[in-house]
Amino acid sequence: MAHANGGSGDEQKKAAAAAATRSNKYDRQLRIWGEHGQGALEQASVCLLNCGATGSEALKNLVLGGIGNVTAVDGGLVHESDLGNNFLLSAENLGQPRAKSMAALLQEMNDSVLIDHIDASPESLLDSDPGFFARFTLVIATQMRDRSLVILDEVCRRFSVMLLVARSYGLTGYVRISLREHAVIESKPDNTVSDLRLHRPWPELTTFVEEFNLETEDSLVHKHIPFAIILLKVCEEWRSKHGGALPSTTKERSEFKSLVASKKQAQDEDNYKEAVAAASKVWSPPSLSSEVKAILEDGAADVDSSSSDFWILVAALKRFVASEGGGEFPLDGAIPDMHSFTEYYILLQRCYQAKAESDVSAVEAHVRSILSQLGRDPDSISRAAIKHFCKNSRNLRVLRYRSLAEELGLKEVGAKLQKYLPFEGDNTNYAIYLMFRAVDRFAEEFGRFPGAMADETVEEDAAKVGAIAHKLAGEIGLDGGVSEELVYEFCRFGGGEIHCVGAVVGGIASQEAIKLVTKQFTPTAGTLIYNAISSTTTIFQL
Amino acid sequence: MEARWRDIDFLLQRPGKLVSDGFEPGPEVCSAARSVCLVIGSSLSLQLREFLRDFKILVIGAGGLGCEMLKDLALSGFGNIDVIDMDTIDVSNLNRQFLFRMHDVGKPKAQVAAEKIMQRIKGVTVTPHYGRIEDKDIEFYREFQLIVLGLDSLEARSYINSIACSFLEYNEDGELDMSTIKPMVDGGTEGFKGHARVILPGFTPCFHCTLWLFPPQVTYPLCTLAETPRSPAHCIEYVHLIQWGQDREGESFNPDNPEHMTWMYEQALKRAEQFNISGVTYSLTQGVVKNIIPAIASTNAIVSAICSLEALKLATMCSKGLDNYMMYSGTQGVYTHTVSYEKDSSCMVCSPGVPVEVDGSITLQEFIDMLLLDARFKDKLSKPSVSFQGTNLYMQAPPVLEEMTRPNLQSSLLSLMGSKGVLNVNDRKLAGVLRVQVAFRNVATPMAV
Repeated sequence: MAHANGGSGDEQKKAAAAAATRSNKYDRQLRIWGEHGQGALEQASVCLLNCGATGSEALKNLVLGGIGNVTAVDGGLVHESDLGNNFLLSAENLGQPRAKSMAALLQEMNDSVLIDHIDASPESLLDSDPGFFARFTLVIATQMRDRSLVILDEVCRRFSVMLLVARSYGLTGYVRISLREHAVIESKPDNTVSDLRLHRPWPELTTFVEEFNLETEDSLVHKHIPFAIILLKVCEEWRSKHGGALPSTTKERSEFKSLVASKKQAQDEDNYKEAVAAASKVWSPPSLSSEVKAILEDGAADVDSSSSDFWILVAALKRFVASEGGGEFPLDGAIPDMHSFTEYYILLQRCYQAKAESDVSAVEAHVRSILSQLGRDPDSISRAAIKHFCKNSRNLRVLRYRSLAEELGLKEVGAKLQKYLPFEGDNTNYAIYLMFRAVDRFAEEFGRFPGAMADETVEEDAAKVGAIAHKLAGEIGLDGGVSEELVYEFCRFGGGEIHCVGAVVGGIASQEAIKLVTKQFTPTAGTLIYNAISSTTTIFQL
Repeated sequence: MEARWRDIDFLLQRPGKLVSDGFEPGPEVCSAARSVCLVIGSSLSLQLREFLRDFKILVIGAGGLGCEMLKDLALSGFGNIDVIDMDTIDVSNLNRQFLFRMHDVGKPKAQVAAEKIMQRIKGVTVTPHYGRIEDKDIEFYREFQLIVLGLDSLEARSYINSIACSFLEYNEDGELDMSTIKPMVDGGTEGFKGHARVILPGFTPCFHCTLWLFPPQVTYPLCTLAETPRSPAHCIEYVHLIQWGQDREGESFNPDNPEHMTWMYEQALKRAEQFNISGVTYSLTQGVVKNIIPAIASTNAIVSAICSLEALKLATMCSKGLDNYMMYSGTQGVYTHTVSYEKDSSCMVCSPGVPVEVDGSITLQEFIDMLLLDARFKDKLSKPSVSFQGTNLYMQAPPVLEEMTRPNLQSSLLSLMGSKGVLNVNDRKLAGVLRVQVAFRNVATPMAV
């Protein structure tokens, strides 16, 4: 809508004020995922199925974080029991639709989020209008049973919508992502090893290093030479005396360190201390993780015209590694702090950054060429995107998930769960996985969860669900089985949703959702079981 | 009312097979809860429900963790919660401190949090305390049966830890009187990571026993800041730690004052430009100077809920407890690690006493002088007062007590104590009490009468 010039000054002020408030409000999280991450959240559309404690908690965290829009789906009405475990429902809502009530209280937490609600059960929607789910980026399905989840999963995959399953059951919980493929460029591992290429300096770096003299008589200069340069010079010296080879045996490595230390002229030379401490970087440069190697070997890297940008970039990366890279990945360009004169450090930094840029240009050329070969617009991937990819190339991740139908069909599950048994120790988290399947089968047969009725039925139900669990364990060939105590505890839970457990499970679900939507950090690769009794979690790759 | 607690009553009303047994510290602690749990029957529900409703619990902090903890504890049945926080609400809190709204900015966190919880959850009493934890009397803390910590600093945790540990009473054989244990549950978060731990002082490690868990703060050498800066953070810290004091002498830097922060940023930028360093931004300046810890709702929700669940278990024994430290990381998948740390048997804060061996002839005055010179107590003592099994041996204050106990200074410590034992040392500098286990050497055998 056009505004008259007289009003635009005010509009601009308002817009500026709103922007400042927004950055202020999200400051603590912008420092984690940046503006681009926040932007991805604000564009996302999330559907929550079932507004119990677990679902409400998951949504609360996403709304506080500024997710674009959410739709809460629930076919139930607010009961007394909701007031005992759900902060987003209040006494005034008793008897009213749960989705509508929760949505209203949720809206108070962040008026930037668009919140909608559907007062219908997820199962009825799946039945009558599966196309409903197509509009979402992500569906978070809470407190749903296996049978409906399998149907939902099929629908979500059909429409390329991400699915996140989260359930809390008494003192246990369960989280599982389901989608075909999720590629992460910015996985942001906790520990990054800097790539100094001490073992393979490129020509410009070697030239730069020549300017420095470790024998200089200027003591001030001597103690401000950056450690990377010290190591590069000592490498050159070593190579000249060892036929071009670098230290390889333990003895040689120890000699190399002594050689470095011998260059010290005075006791207070911190740069030489740093050099000795960093010497191992010469013979142990950062290696490629198995995940990244697998990505290069992945069939999807044989691109065709329907390939995603991510795989096109991987294909270009492969070409780079095979040619200009000489086996190396594009240089990251970042260097750690080094005790040094500012000037030396900045110049060294620029040397690394220049090499990183030239690697990006080489990869870029491959990207454009591949796109052309595939009949696609060669400029469809920006240099900025290519640079971003190169900088993170050592930490790429690709996750693929089996369909729920396949997993819950339980065919190979037994053998896979079996592998975890030796590591479980006192934990019975594999048995909890089995109990979730068992209670759902019980519910199919008896129309309720075990122990959901009066206290007197707990023992009876325990016998019945125990038999189901035992049978399941037999079917899938799981030796461990389920202990009597655990079966009993599951009946004791009565299928109830405890607030604290819902908050943990919902909390984890919201975190996984954020990772999926921002495409930063690495989502959980398997099925997560949360055991609130022992306060442990296990992730099963099934 | 009962229908409201349907789901959690499945836990509290019904006997369980994986409930707390070997983990609890002893029959005296939470004895009411234990006896109640052993009784199975419909009368149990009322007893345990009432027990929780009246159980006195303190939440320290009403921020990212505190808000979540208040909600979690209230929705677990705790009906009598106190909360203390010295801060007021800021816009940057709103991405996670869900009890606060834009119109609450500037108001005390403890007060608004208490109001909101009581509005939404009927029947719970939340008593706010707007102030510093240090300004509360030690007797204030003694009243509570459990303390839950939602803090963001080492110092604050250390302080509360000292207070809780000072309630411990050991006999001369170093045996703990279990009823003096003040249980604590401590949570902490940073970005996608966090931890939850249960501290039963004297039994599990206290906070001080495991200080090594906390990584040291990043500091830069002075010469780097002053002469050879290389990173944007170096430039910022120079302005923060050196240039401010020079250019704005006498003015104390207030990070919440926009003019102060803007000056800091602009000066840091100038300095960076001088050295050809790029990367100084207003956001980075704030981050470095205020030591900002990134924070999100989800991690706070997860850690607080784990802590609150442990509080429920400690109070009711309704399930096995966390033994005793759980770390959480959500950056690469979800990774948790639960470990049972052991306490440091000579911990200065929670152990029966730091061992000190003295000559049998030493006087109380000489003993006090020795304490002041002991490297282990460096910076912890200035004018120590000494007591033994409830009797004041020497009190530095008030003047009346000082005068009364002054003659003891010339007496031999051995004659004052009778035999080896544990002395309680108090000092203005100490948050709690320092227990010193005194052993005597060169003790002459008593002569036959």
